[in-house]
Amino acid sequence: MRAPEPIHFPGMPKLVAITGIAGNLGKALASVLHTETRLLGIDRREFRDRPRDVEHHQLDVRKKKVEELFRRRPIDALIHLGIMHDPRVPFSEAHAFNVLGTQKILELCVRHRVRKVVVLSSANVYGPLPGNSNFLPEETPLMAADRYSDVRDLIELDMYAQSFMWKHPEVETVIVRPVHILGPRIRNAPSNYLRLNRPITVLGFDPMIQLIHAEDACRAMALALRPGVRGVYNIAGPGEVPLSAALHELGRHPIPLPLMVARPLLRRLFQARLTSFPPEELDHLQFLCAVDGSRAARDLGYAPVHTLRDTIRSVLR
Amino acid sequence: MDLGAIVHDRLRALTFELGGPGTRERLEKLTPPKNEYGVDPYGFDLDYTIAAMAPALWFYRKYFRVEVHGIEHVPAEGRVLLVANHSGQLPFDAAMIGVSLLVELDPPRMPRALVERWVPTLPFISTLFARMGQVVGTPENCRRLLAAGEAIMVFPEGVRGLNKTWKKRYQLQDFGQGFLRLALEAEAPIVPIGLVGAEEQAPAIADLKGLARLLAMPALPITPTILPFPMPTRYHIHFGEPLRFTGSPDDEDAVLDAKVNRVKAAIQALLAKGLRERTSVFG
Repeated sequence: MRAPEPIHFPGMPKLVAITGIAGNLGKALASVLHTETRLLGIDRREFRDRPRDVEHHQLDVRKKKVEELFRRRPIDALIHLGIMHDPRVPFSEAHAFNVLGTQKILELCVRHRVRKVVVLSSANVYGPLPGNSNFLPEETPLMAADRYSDVRDLIELDMYAQSFMWKHPEVETVIVRPVHILGPRIRNAPSNYLRLNRPITVLGFDPMIQLIHAEDACRAMALALRPGVRGVYNIAGPGEVPLSAALHELGRHPIPLPLMVARPLLRRLFQARLTSFPPEELDHLQFLCAVDGSRAARDLGYAPVHTLRDTIRSVLR
Repeated sequence: MDLGAIVHDRLRALTFELGGPGTRERLEKLTPPKNEYGVDPYGFDLDYTIAAMAPALWFYRKYFRVEVHGIEHVPAEGRVLLVANHSGQLPFDAAMIGVSLLVELDPPRMPRALVERWVPTLPFISTLFARMGQVVGTPENCRRLLAAGEAIMVFPEGVRGLNKTWKKRYQLQDFGQGFLRLALEAEAPIVPIGLVGAEEQAPAIADLKGLARLLAMPALPITPTILPFPMPTRYHIHFGEPLRFTGSPDDEDAVLDAKVNRVKAAIQALLAKGLRERTSVFG
């Protein structure tokens, strides 16, 4: 691993609000940014082990009190991570939190003249489809909603942020779509999958996958704060690897199941709450959902610091 | 050593043996980019390919006893579109053209074929194809590979050509304009290829289109052998002189069609020449 250079550029916003800061990714982002600028966290969860220079407000983004915060404090930029991914939470509740919460907070940014908004989306919005190009550009239609109810919220949020970007040219809006985020403390579907000692694979399929270390994803979001940057950016990791090679690297013993068995089996297990792996995610084990990250490399000056091997192995620690 | 590694080594040795003297040295001249897991960003694995091509090379040497004509027309380096006719029910023709570029050219060229969108849904085949450098035929993929200076193999007829019935043999089917647009955009030369011999390997009496749709297959040809396994016809691959086109990829259809027809005519001429020079289908 190269020593990460500090995120430093002229015009770094002086006060950055971060929603969802108490999650694992939020914490990683706080540790990348807190030495560079002042941070203000907004999360309904408690922020454990908070760096002392980070101010935290334990609030739901939909609450009135959040507006007070925007009124009182000269917030220059917002990084919005406040999206709930937990497949266990009832759909309606997650939907209200994700979509309405995003609308509320973006409206506040307009009213209180926040100059910069960075919204965290995901490369998953493109969806793993058999006809996908090997490296999807940002203009690719977001087809994942076709098949996955779980990412429907994410797509709605991404589209909302896009229309916000056009409607409010006075706010520099950046939408980042990182590939599968891994990290020692990250607990999302891909990293949980890679932590399984005996993961299920689909017999005869071995797609190329893209992974990114949480620190690299956070650095990309921090770089998106640079004045003048706006638009949609795929954030790719240090390269592509066959799924089988990633599992081999981790010393896993995959169980290859024929598709006809894997899908119904996973559906039963999921319904019986014996696995947290949604059955639709099986498509990620079959088809490509990889992106072209060259635009972010060019405009944000983003390059991953962690190597591919290092990134894969980050789930072990 | 595990079974996989033994099979791999055997196949690799077989490739060098079937390829004849100098094959190993020649294939070692290929230096595609690869990461710490042995693959390029598309999932192409040269080491795997050298082993996995052994069966194809056996077909090339022993079964179809391929003869190539004019392979010197393939540029030694730089982006190029190799455009060929497509026939024979199963795409052995693509495999044989691919093998010819690897064993007859010095230095060899690793062709990247653009495959049907159906291929990634097939277990094993999807992985095999990806490791052997084949990609789904999207304009995006083609553009990117041409920009990287690769040799792209295209069958503009697609399944229309591959799965046509016996009575349409050696008649080129509708070409489409996609490949030509991409060639214009990338300013890539087009090498026309006429392949004679595959048409007779598995004559189809009918194509059950309705049933094919039901099974989510692009076509369902009925051949005398039931399964479209090929008969040992002799292949003749005729490479033509590179065609260079200039103009805008956004020209009107009529302008593009005229250019497409020049490519089509070149391939048709190569087919006519091949059929004329051929003395027997199997011999």
